[in-house]
Amino acid sequence: MITVALNVGFAVMCLCLILNLIRLLKGPSTPDRILALDTMYINTIALILLFGVRLEREIFFEAALLIAMMGFIGTVALANYLLHGDIID
Amino acid sequence: MSVLLILMLPFVGILLPPLLQRQGRLAATLGAGIPTLLAFGLLMSLGPSVLAGEVLLASREWVPAMGLTAGLRVDGLGFLFATMTLGIGLLVITYAHFYMKKDDPLGRFYAYLLLFMGAMLGIVLSENVLLMALFWEITSLSSFLLIGYSSHDSEARRGARMALAITGLGGFCLFAGLVVLGQIAGSYELSVILASGDLITSHDWYVPMLVLVLLGAFTKSAQFPFHFWLPNAMKAPTPVSAYLHSATMVKAGVFLLARLHPALAGTSPWFFLVGGVGIATMFFAAYVAFYRHDLKGLLAYSTISHLGLITALFGFGTAGAAVVGVFHIMNHAAFKASLFMTAGIIDHQTGTRDIRILGGLRKAMPFTMVLALLGSAAMAGIPLFNGFISKELFLKETLDLPLMAGAPWVFPVVATAGALFSMAYSVRLVHGVFFKDPTEKTPKEARDPSMGMLVPVGILVAICVIVGIAAEQTAGPLLAAAAGSTVGGELPYYSLSLWHGFTLELLMSAIAIGGGVVLYLQRARLYEIADRWPQLTGQMAFEKVQGLILSFAEGLTARLENGSLQRYIVLLLGMALVAGALPFLEHGFVTGTAELTPTNPVAIAVWALLVVATLATVFTHRSRITAIICLSVVGLLISIIFVYLSAPDLALTQLSVEVVTILLLLLALFVLPKVAPPESSTLRKIRDATLAAIGGAGMGLISWAVMTRPQDSISDYYLENATYPVGGGTNVVNVILVDFRGFDTLGEVAVLVLAAFGVYTMLRYARHTHVEGVDDMASDRYPVVLVSVSRPLLALILLMALYIFLRGHYLPGGGFIGGLVASVALILQYLASGIDWAKERMGVSFRYVAVAGVLLATLSGGAAFLVEQPFLTMTLLGLKIPLVGEIDYVMTLLFDLGIFLAVVGGTMTILSQLSHMQEDREPFDEEARAKETDPWKP
Repeated sequence: MITVALNVGFAVMCLCLILNLIRLLKGPSTPDRILALDTMYINTIALILLFGVRLEREIFFEAALLIAMMGFIGTVALANYLLHGDIID
Repeated sequence: MSVLLILMLPFVGILLPPLLQRQGRLAATLGAGIPTLLAFGLLMSLGPSVLAGEVLLASREWVPAMGLTAGLRVDGLGFLFATMTLGIGLLVITYAHFYMKKDDPLGRFYAYLLLFMGAMLGIVLSENVLLMALFWEITSLSSFLLIGYSSHDSEARRGARMALAITGLGGFCLFAGLVVLGQIAGSYELSVILASGDLITSHDWYVPMLVLVLLGAFTKSAQFPFHFWLPNAMKAPTPVSAYLHSATMVKAGVFLLARLHPALAGTSPWFFLVGGVGIATMFFAAYVAFYRHDLKGLLAYSTISHLGLITALFGFGTAGAAVVGVFHIMNHAAFKASLFMTAGIIDHQTGTRDIRILGGLRKAMPFTMVLALLGSAAMAGIPLFNGFISKELFLKETLDLPLMAGAPWVFPVVATAGALFSMAYSVRLVHGVFFKDPTEKTPKEARDPSMGMLVPVGILVAICVIVGIAAEQTAGPLLAAAAGSTVGGELPYYSLSLWHGFTLELLMSAIAIGGGVVLYLQRARLYEIADRWPQLTGQMAFEKVQGLILSFAEGLTARLENGSLQRYIVLLLGMALVAGALPFLEHGFVTGTAELTPTNPVAIAVWALLVVATLATVFTHRSRITAIICLSVVGLLISIIFVYLSAPDLALTQLSVEVVTILLLLLALFVLPKVAPPESSTLRKIRDATLAAIGGAGMGLISWAVMTRPQDSISDYYLENATYPVGGGTNVVNVILVDFRGFDTLGEVAVLVLAAFGVYTMLRYARHTHVEGVDDMASDRYPVVLVSVSRPLLALILLMALYIFLRGHYLPGGGFIGGLVASVALILQYLASGIDWAKERMGVSFRYVAVAGVLLATLSGGAAFLVEQPFLTMTLLGLKIPLVGEIDYVMTLLFDLGIFLAVVGGTMTILSQLSHMQEDREPFDEEARAKETDPWKP
């Protein structure tokens, strides 16, 4: 049962990532692209968690945690750039 | 042991004067004087045994694999030179205290002087010739600093550069020559080299080796045609001239001749090279000295002349001549140092050194006059002064040269002519400054200086007189010891008495003294003739050559380095491709036989995404922000791949590096012009695409070839040994980083910190106010939601960083990743609340954190010395920490903590410096900057 669920999960997450990338490439505005990148971060977390479940390795959860943090900060930086030009002041 | 201490004292003392100069001039002088005095005292305590003929050796392993020992040796010759270095050094330090102007940074001056003193001691006390070459280089460098001490004076800088170029080039030749010498003799130890004279002189490589060594000696001792740097070095403060250019540095060349005399001398190449150059220099420089109007210029050429005399004596190759050479080294050091100091006094008290302006100072400066008169008499070689005895012995030696049997009159005639000019310029010095009527008023009202300046001169002059009257009783034992080690065997018979009867050399002396006076009386006519001659000097030739080399280098650089980054990358990649392809062309491309790993649809999907994102980065590069976003996607996907391929350490690192990179790019983006870069030409695009494709495909093929082969690499060794009991961890990556390859890691973080400091220094004063094209779209600079989310996150992320760091030895993590994560946590505060808010609460500058990190890592590595283990051996040391448990590997942890701190400090320094650049926070303050960039300024 869990194998099936995992496989469906993998398929959906991959589809999500592909759609995200399409949105990122199409734009049309930069906020669209930033949002697409942020969503990709989130979907990657999901993908990694699925891997963690399948391989039964805890270390994957940590990587997921780190991606969550880093993704957040990356998005903040990009948004800051968009709003002010200089990201730190 | 005490020999090592003597050598170390000046080096240790370097720190004292700069530290003490805030307490006043006297403190700085004492800071320089006390280590010198201590070293001098220690040296004197060795005196009795050295004078008894003993050779004191002390040695320590240095690089045993290369035959290098840090060997020291005190024999008679070394003792004589060390005595001169430290003794005259003391006098010069005293003199300089009174001579230097009130606003001169004395601390820096004394620090350079002590550096030079230590290096000079090193030359004369080295047992290993390679060690000697090392100290030789330090004397060249420190003399550069001393000559260029008045760094605002372009003439001083030019003189310093010239001295460094000539002596540095000579040092290079010397090093090559010494290596050849060591190869011939089979050892770099002087004891062995000095004992294998026959082997060396009969070797095929004798002449090339000799030429190289002599180039070193001649450049240092300013022998013709390399002499011109010395007059140009007279821009140095006078205490420096008195020290370096009379008694010590220029004597290093003749010291080398004396030191290697037993091993190299006595052949006809030696005689004609050394003797010929020496005698030519002696005459030529004495002639030129007579025409110099600048007091120090006159003394400089006189020094060259006397060095030529000494060189010639060693060149004669006989034991008797060598004894006289050593004797004249002593005498010359005494009278020339005193005369330089006298010239300094005259300059100091009257404001000029021009003999044409000066005159009649005997009334205003009676004490100075007496000292100058006595010193000049010694220089001219008047009876009852030390210079007379050694000069007369020199003249005697020129009469009996077996190799000149064909033309026995050449050397005596040239020598007498040189002595004649020597007399003439000595008379000019005394008469021109003190007796003839002054032509103009001197810039300052002349009067005798303070006792502090006169006493050092007085001591040296007293030595000249006492040695001149009773040479055997005073200088005899020291000379015997020094000459003994120069000759390297039984001393020949020599007599230091004043009166040898009516001999030919007495006649030559008389001709020289009488003729010199006559010459001086005819000076007006001589100057007229000299003025008509075209001026062609070594200095001009040097500058011509220098100009040619510079324009060649500039032309070459301009052709290679045209400022186009694309071009550099093309060159670099092209080279890499050629180098990488060559082995394949030679041996063919063979793939391995290992089974391929099965894949799955998810991996293929991620791979496809990665390819698309990479291509997108390339195609969107004209819109920089879009390209950065695409690049983030690439980074993210690579981290997933790392996770998938079971490389959690890499994945964690990649993730953290990714964010920091994006931040850096965004910071840099802000200062770039907002217009898109111009489109490249089609041809260029094709070239770049081809290179990139070949490079990528090549890397892919190499990886394929490597990974399809059976695994048989060093990894197995690490996997086996990383765990207990050798490495003691379970995370092999971390154990390799902090233990097996700890030295690499230390080097890498040091580079990171250095890079951070580079960024810091370069961007410190960079200001960029350009913000056009970007409108501030936000009404609220620090949105309250972001601020209130980011603050609790700081604690959480830091906790995570700490966790990752602490468990690094056993599970993925460690100092590097932990440090990056911590940096990201801190950056978030910068982003959310602004740099001012964050900095106010940090309390410590990240530069210090970075340095502390490197220090901690180094120290924890050095702790291994305590248990007599090599550097970075991670010792077992159990430590129980409440709540955390037992940590066996405290040293490893400390090392890792150092890395953690260095990473945080380095990253944060770079980022905050880049962001600082963006605003005109503080007005540019030229004065404050000048003060900050010169740490020596009080």
